[in-house]
Amino acid sequence: MSESSETAGRPDAVAPAIELRGISKSFGHVQANKDISMRVMPGTIHGIIGENGAGKSTLMSILYGFYKADAGEILVGGTKTDIPDSQAAIAAGIGMVFQHFKLVENFTVLENVILGAEDGVRLKPSLARARSLLTELAREYELNVDPDERIEDLSVGHQQRVEILKALYRHADILILDEPTGVLTPSEADHLFRILKGLRDEGKTIILITHKLREIMDVTDTVSVMRRGEMTATVRTSGTNPQELAELMVGRKVLLRVDKKKADPGKKVLEIEDLRVVDDDGVERLKGISLDLRQGEILGIAGVAGNGQSELLQVLGGCRGATGRIRLNGEEIDPSDHVLDGQVWRGRGVSHVPEDRQREGLILDFFAWENMAFGYHHAPEYQKSRWLMDNAAIRRESGKKMERFDVRPPIPELAAKNFSGGNQQKIVLAREIERDPDVLLVGQPTRGVDIGAIEFIHQQIVELRDRGKAILLLSVELDEILSLADRIAVMFDGQIMGERMPDQTNEHELGLLMAGITDTASAA
Amino acid sequence: MDFLTLLQVLDTTVRLATPLLFACLAGLVCERAGIFDIGLEGKMLASAFFSAAVAAISGSVWIGLLAGVMASVALAGVHGLASITFRGNQLISGVAINFLASGLTVLIAQDWFGQGGRTPSLSGGARFNEIKLPFADLLSGLPYIGQSYAELFSGHSLLVYVGFLTVPLTWWVIFRTRFGLRLRAAGENPEAVDTAGVNVIRLRYTAIAICGLLCGLAGVYLATGLQAGFVKEMSSGRGFIALAALIFAKWRPWYALFSCLLFGFFQALSFRPDVVKAVTSLDVPGQLLDALPYILTVVILAGFVGKAIPPRAGGEPYVKEN
Repeated sequence: MSESSETAGRPDAVAPAIELRGISKSFGHVQANKDISMRVMPGTIHGIIGENGAGKSTLMSILYGFYKADAGEILVGGTKTDIPDSQAAIAAGIGMVFQHFKLVENFTVLENVILGAEDGVRLKPSLARARSLLTELAREYELNVDPDERIEDLSVGHQQRVEILKALYRHADILILDEPTGVLTPSEADHLFRILKGLRDEGKTIILITHKLREIMDVTDTVSVMRRGEMTATVRTSGTNPQELAELMVGRKVLLRVDKKKADPGKKVLEIEDLRVVDDDGVERLKGISLDLRQGEILGIAGVAGNGQSELLQVLGGCRGATGRIRLNGEEIDPSDHVLDGQVWRGRGVSHVPEDRQREGLILDFFAWENMAFGYHHAPEYQKSRWLMDNAAIRRESGKKMERFDVRPPIPELAAKNFSGGNQQKIVLAREIERDPDVLLVGQPTRGVDIGAIEFIHQQIVELRDRGKAILLLSVELDEILSLADRIAVMFDGQIMGERMPDQTNEHELGLLMAGITDTASAA
Repeated sequence: MDFLTLLQVLDTTVRLATPLLFACLAGLVCERAGIFDIGLEGKMLASAFFSAAVAAISGSVWIGLLAGVMASVALAGVHGLASITFRGNQLISGVAINFLASGLTVLIAQDWFGQGGRTPSLSGGARFNEIKLPFADLLSGLPYIGQSYAELFSGHSLLVYVGFLTVPLTWWVIFRTRFGLRLRAAGENPEAVDTAGVNVIRLRYTAIAICGLLCGLAGVYLATGLQAGFVKEMSSGRGFIALAALIFAKWRPWYALFSCLLFGFFQALSFRPDVVKAVTSLDVPGQLLDALPYILTVVILAGFVGKAIPPRAGGEPYVKEN
């Protein structure tokens, strides 16, 4: 960053690493970016925050040559630069880490890194050079990945490191990361931020796109806020606070804390004893889980992804068999009974909001109203006669439910894939909560959902609790568990490591439990 | 069965495996790049006709070869246009090419030669003749090794040798070169290729062109090496058998060699019911023997032979980001 400082006598004459001037972009009638101007100084981490659909990703796609701006210009390092395709972006020193990784799953790390940036016709020399460079980068920035591992065998966090390595291998000085932590566990996210800070300290420029306020506050130096295609503000991170940013993002006051009164747990609804699951590979995923769930409480299950929480939810949702004892409303249920599917559970008052809404919660190509009926399509009010369904009734009902859950737009005739992530989640929640279940199983309720919608979803869950219903909440967001749950159980390696009350614990203690460390906890 | 009979069967196996091998490698290159091609059959047929027709007219097998390959590449271009540029359904485009070739070859043959949809018989310089490897005669007296050399390795047409050499070449290109890496990536995740700054469309067209070239050689060999001239529907399902062999080979060149030899062997058996009878002492009906390669194809396609994972992005046109 010091090379260009001699151009003028003043230190502030350093050219911005990236400068956007008056960028506009429309898709049909939708204006995704309106006259956006922004400067990103070299050697800084610059956050871009905004709700889903605010135009962040469009802006970055323009910067990476995926879209062509209708108007405006881009300056890289002070020189006007045309970026018609990703090749030009790479040549200009811009690297991008997409939200959905662009990796070839059955290639090795090395092959992915050199793809498109090979040295010559033969692969061998390129692979050798990449290998030595990777070792170097691993040492320098904590970017360790086994170069010979296949991508499909790597954890999501490691796959992301491969994306960063790809960019660095192409000599990127400016690194754009689009919602990098959406798929990461808290510890993986912390690791990523350490990497990013290391890169910044080496003089790289980093643009971090996110809708998570905490990340912005934690790692960025400056932050730009986008709302409805416009850049509403650019501020120094040290001079702002989450509350202010949230208001700039949403355009109104937002409750960042969940507003709820103390829980008043009633009688036990769901009792689980010694629940065990062995998966298809013969690995024991649940190693004797015992839990109680009471009326009028939210039981939060915390844990790093992949420690059995998903399996627990699948068993209770009827998607997977298990051994052990389950009592629902005092009635004994055999979890190994293969007749026990989602239908049966729902019939007994257990609703299930699965973790992966796009794969398990919805059929994306189907209409919203069809999705709203799934699992309850046998309900008598949806039948016209013995053989025919009453689609008009489903549509009518769905419209009403979508209104009540603030799904935007509340049009049942749209396909599920046409809604944003947050609105898709509201569709699933509306379907399950509006049935007034005794027990609500909910997995990752706000993954990839923006602040305004998170607030709403949390309110709905708390409201259901206040009606005396039991809620089992699974989330990899520790913040969410801490603010929403009335009781917290931590899972590690298929076991419950312990239960804590949210007001008597903290992130540190829970973090240790999530890592399987109990001795310090018992001492506390 | 004596050793010489065995050699004869194996010799026929090699001959019959060659067109399968070309077509199979053609499909391999294409499918590795993410384009499914069930039009191998049609391209092979078109090439067989044009090579035979032009060789018959010009009297030179080399001009015939050029014509056959060009016809095949042109059809491959049609497939590319339909499935890459216009993002059409790759299966339907392939089926259309098969129909087109099947009808057009007979029609043009009748128009040009008036011999009931066939070309005149080729001979001399209008055919690929057998090449005698050095010392074949000398060594043929030597039992086993010498016999094998003379009977099995020597005495094939040039294209047979080319076909077998294409196997290591394909392997090298696919797994050891930059082009191969990008090609495989385009078949697995074209977005990754695109974001890495490589043109997916150009890459896939190149793959299609190579597919056309290899299919063309398959057809040329059929009409000017294996047989002497074109007859109606002479590819007789070899394009589809090659596809089955490709799946059996799990999209790998060396496996492709062995699976094509296996299919070739079954085809060879149908020419030698006497050998089958001598070995199995069963009176297998000739029709059953004829049907054997096709039955094997069905069995393989039905997935009875382990799990074969096709390239992940296969069959899907690449649409850039949203």
